[in-house]
Formats: sequence, C-alpha cells, structure tokens
Amino acid sequence: MNKHFTLACCTALLLAPLAQAQNRDPIRIGLPVPLTGPYGAEAKDQVKNAELAVAEFNEAGGLNGRKAELVVRDDKLNPAEAATRALELIEKEHVNFIVGGLSAATQLAVNNLTRQRKVLYISISQSDAINEAADFSRYTFHESLNPHMTTQAVGNFVFKKGMRIAFLTADYAYGQEMARGFRRVAADKGAIAVGEIKHPLGAADYSTFLPRLQAMKPDVLVFNNFGRDNQVSTKQAGDFGMKKTIKFVTPVLTYTARTAAGAQVYDGVVGGSAYYWAMAEGTPSAAAFNARYARANGGALPSDYGSMAYSAVKSLLMAVKAAGSSDTDKVVDALAALRYDTYKGAQYYRACDHQSVQSVLVLQSAAVPGKPAEIFKVLATAPASEAALRSCAELGHGAAAVAATVAAAK
Amino acid sequence: MEGITLELVGLQLFTGLALGAVYVLLAVGLSLIFGMLTIVNFAHGAFFMVGAYAGYAIYQVLPNFWLCLVAVPLAVALLGMAAERLLVRPLYGRGIDYPLLLTYGLAYVMVELVRIGFGKQGLPVDTPALLQGSSDILVGQFPTYRLFVIGVTVLVLAGLWVFIERTSFGLIVRAGARDPQIVRILGVDVGKVWLIVFGLGTGIAGLAGFLSAPMQGISPEMGGSVLIVAFVVTVVGGMGSLVGAIVAGILVGVVESLAVLFFPEAAKVSMFVIMALVLLVRPQGLFGRPGLMS
Repeated sequence: MNKHFTLACCTALLLAPLAQAQNRDPIRIGLPVPLTGPYGAEAKDQVKNAELAVAEFNEAGGLNGRKAELVVRDDKLNPAEAATRALELIEKEHVNFIVGGLSAATQLAVNNLTRQRKVLYISISQSDAINEAADFSRYTFHESLNPHMTTQAVGNFVFKKGMRIAFLTADYAYGQEMARGFRRVAADKGAIAVGEIKHPLGAADYSTFLPRLQAMKPDVLVFNNFGRDNQVSTKQAGDFGMKKTIKFVTPVLTYTARTAAGAQVYDGVVGGSAYYWAMAEGTPSAAAFNARYARANGGALPSDYGSMAYSAVKSLLMAVKAAGSSDTDKVVDALAALRYDTYKGAQYYRACDHQSVQSVLVLQSAAVPGKPAEIFKVLATAPASEAALRSCAELGHGAAAVAATVAAAK
Repeated sequence: MEGITLELVGLQLFTGLALGAVYVLLAVGLSLIFGMLTIVNFAHGAFFMVGAYAGYAIYQVLPNFWLCLVAVPLAVALLGMAAERLLVRPLYGRGIDYPLLLTYGLAYVMVELVRIGFGKQGLPVDTPALLQGSSDILVGQFPTYRLFVIGVTVLVLAGLWVFIERTSFGLIVRAGARDPQIVRILGVDVGKVWLIVFGLGTGIAGLAGFLSAPMQGISPEMGGSVLIVAFVVTVVGGMGSLVGAIVAGILVGVVESLAVLFFPEAAKVSMFVIMALVLLVRPQGLFGRPGLMS
C-alpha cells in the first residue's frame, strides 16, 4: 500500500511538469508542399504566406501566450512522397494540424492519411474529389476553390448559346475535373462541346495537337492544364495563329504563370482565380493583407496560390483561438462554425463537405505599359454562394450525414 | 473518321516533319559524340538546357537574336570542351560506364548551378520580332518560327556532312572513330580530335536549346525530356549513325503527329512503340553498326 502510494506520488510528480509542458509547447502546423519540381515557385510562395499568418498569430500573443510554429516538408509533387511526409509530420514531428498539398493528387494522398489518423487537414489546391462523400471526413477542409465552382464562374461569363467549345486537357484528375465542369456549364448555356484532345502531364511540345483542334473550328479553346503545361501550350497555340479566330480560356489564370510566360503569351486569355491583388479596392481585408505581405517581402504583391496558404493558416489559428485549445475535435468544430474574412471578403465552410464558400474572380490578362504588376483586368466576380457548388446530395452526403455534421458543429 | 479532311492530314503531316526536324537537331549531337568517341553523353539534355539559358543571358547583354544564334553554340561548345578536357579525358580507355556515370552526375551539377543562378522558376523567351506570327503554307497556317528552325536544322546538317565527309580534318575524325590506335601511330593527336568532336556535339545541343527557347520557354528541368527523345531517336536510327539520326528523327515526329488524328492519347507514347519494334527486329537500329556497344 505504502509502496503503491509512493509510486503514485512519483508518477504524479513526473507527469505534472509534462502536462504543463504540453500546454506551453508550441502549436505545430505541418505544411507539405512541392518545393522542388514544376510548381516550386508557387510552393515557396505558399510557405512565405503561411509564415506570415503564423507570425501575426504570435505577435498577437498566440493562444494565451502559447505560440504557433510551422513545420515545412517537400512533397516533390508526388502522392506517395506526400503521404510519407504527412505521416512523418504526424508521427515524428507531432504536429497538431496539417495544411498544404499543391496538386489534386497529393492532397488526396495527404487527406487519405489524415482522416485515418483523425488529424485536421486544410487543402490549398483545386480538387472536386475531396468534397465528395467517398473522400470526405469530419477532419477534411478545402480552402481552395474547386474545379466545379471555378468552371461555373468562367463558363457562365464566357459561353453563349450556340458557341463551339474545344478542349485541350491534361490527362489527370485536375484536367478531367475542369473539363467535366466546363462541359456541364456549356450544356446549361446551350453551347456545343465540339471535341477534346488529351495530353500527358508535363508535355513540352503541343504542335501535333493544334491542327486537329483548329480543324474543329471552335469559337473558344479551353486549356484544362496548369503551371508550365498551361504556359507552353498557350504560347504554341498562339504561334499557330489560332488566337486570330479563337478565344483562349483557361480554368485558373495564375499570377505566377502569367508572370513567368510574359504578357504577349497570355494577352487576352480569360480565366478564373481566387484572388488578385487589385481586388483590394472595396475589400478592406485584401488591402490590409496586401500591405502586410508587401512589408514582409520588400514591397512585393501576393499571388493567388500563395495567399490561399495565408488564409488557410490564418483561419485555422482563428479557430484555435475560438476553441481556446489545440484539441483537434474542438478546433474542427470551431473551424466548421467559423465565419472568416482573412484576405478576400467573407468566407465559411459549408457544413456537408467543408468546402470554403467564397467568391470567384473572372480575369482577363492584359498588359498595362509602365505598370508591371497590373497584369489582369477583373471582368466579373461571382459572389460567394452555396448555389455555385454541387449540392450535398450530388456529392453523396446523405441527409443523415449532413444532419450529423451540422449537429457536431453545434 | 469524321472531320478528317485532306487539308488536315496535310497540315498534320507537315507539323510532324517540323517536329521531326527539332528531334533530329536534338539527337544529332548525341549520336555524333557516341559514334566518334563511344561515349554515351548523359549530360546532353543539360547542355541543351545550358544553351537555352546561355541564350537568355547573352541576350541581356547583347539584345540581337542573330548574334546570339552564333554566340550560343560557340559558348556551349567551349563549355563542352572544358568538360571533355578536365573530366571525360581521364576516363578514356576504361569501360563505357565510367563516362556514362560521370556525365550523368555532371547533368545534375549543371541543373543545380542553373537553379542557383537563374532560379527554379522558368523564364519567358520571346520569339524574335521578324519570325513572329504564322505563315500560310497552302494546307493552313504554320508558325513562321518553326519554319525557320527547319531551315537552320537543314543548314547544320549540311555543314556537318561537308565537315565530316569532305574535309581532311573530317577524314581524321572518321579514321579516329574506326581505329584510334592506328591514327595515333600515324602521328595524329587523337586527343585534339576528340576534344573538337565533343565540342561540336555539345555545341549543337546548345544550339537546339537556344532554338527551342522561344517555342517552350526555359526552365532548369527542360533537358530531362529532351534527353529521352534524343536517346529514342539515336537508338531507333542506330547509335553513332548520322543518317540514322535524321531518318529516325523525322520518322518519330511524323508518326507522333499522325497518331493524333486517330488516337491522340497514344501520340506521345508512339515513339516508344517505334523503339520497341526496331529493337526487336534490328537491335543495332535502322542504320547502326552491330557490336558498337560491346
């Protein structure tokens, strides 16, 4: 008895500082992004933005003095590598949450792991699959736009009745989901999909595909590809003289691609985006974010994919504060209920699939002489609305599942 | 097949020929170095990439496309010669895998150095004003710049042929490829010949990189896919055969282009199908000498 008592005392004494240390330990956020490879520039930008959000949280005193920190890992744009790094972040680095993934494929690999391990994960690149019941979990959040809402916004603006639409599609999840979204909105608007050519990811020459696309005599050519593929195929199609008679459209017109390829290549191209710095006019949170980013980065302006990482980390830490704890389940509930305006106006996560409901910009690339940062014109803004998303029922979230998520959020 | 007109087939065929010309230019330097030196140059793609970046860098100082067209191959050839003199030369006389591993590592070093110097992100390269836009080639519109690249390729090949077949130095090169020992006994400095051949091969790779830049932009990784194409073309044509490289390059380009008409998803794979078939029927390649690799 006496012996047991002593043992209990000793254990209590040993555990007491441990319990206290756990409260003083920093809140750790894992960030797996493809630092090397064709999306390296965007990934580095995402790290800078995530660091900015963490710094702001810490400057504001953290969670009652408890600071946050970022643990960055390179996933090399490879789903297997992404899963390995995510596992390492959870098991070895003991991160509290994971944000990241810059491709449709790597984010699904990370999500697959985090939902098994019941770790909160916010994805910051486009995917439709992650919203669907088969891939969704209570711990899954999608801050990025998804292909459906992007293509609806762009298609609604560009497509007209009787227009002929042709597609050049990168043959993987991203391209296929974009093509599906555009076909749907084309049918809604009475436009005609005249044909599609698929190309492998990372092709360097598109010349052989172009005569075939030209022969379809389209009014609009949609480039369902991303990064370098998008830059190179857009340039080569322009070289073939196709811009003279055909309007070029791309689902996501990124700041980085436009800067890398130059004004001439993208001149007149129309596409969607989550963010463009010039939207600061009339959006106070965007103006504040631009100013903070510029202060931290020598006057530079934030990019679309980069700022998404800022918003994800910022909103996550807002939820931590609201929950008053880093406990996963409490933070999941707080984040699901959060109304946030981090950089582009009001956003919130839809209850059934945790898709961030937000506005979509329709941009057109246009150069303004003497102003190198002014590269886009905002043609239209599709307002934040659940009507722009596929319905919960279509995604396979049953009424029971939806009710359960809503109940859990309360 | 609906929608396939004679005009479309014509344009598709011509696109294939143009792509084939680019492929020939990519492969000919690799084939040249292998044929003469029996070195499998795994840094070929990296020299291609360096050519593109050298063009970008020289253009900043000397904004004239035509001067760059001359300066870039020379600069890359000098770099290639330095690599031969300092790195490859000590490995002559050893197995074929020694220079192979060396050039493989050299490619990594070159890519990393370019990443450090110019950044990981790609850079845009504009088509020179004179060659912008498209021209009418009877069957449809075709980029003027690609027509220009075909012209340069023909000139380079003609020059190479004259150099190797019609000059006395070319005679030494051919003799050196056949039997270096006898040539050395006859009092010829074979080392110098090899130095020049290596410079020539890498210089053509650099030229190909420079010419590709306005078509696809530049990035440190751009040599990777090029190395694969160059190897496929060289293997199909026969390792070390210049005629083989020309025929195989055009064959691969035309087949890839025509495949788009019937089965676009398979277009980029078609070159590997050709390679597999050729290796099954003629392991030395269409124009290769048997036993060169042993």
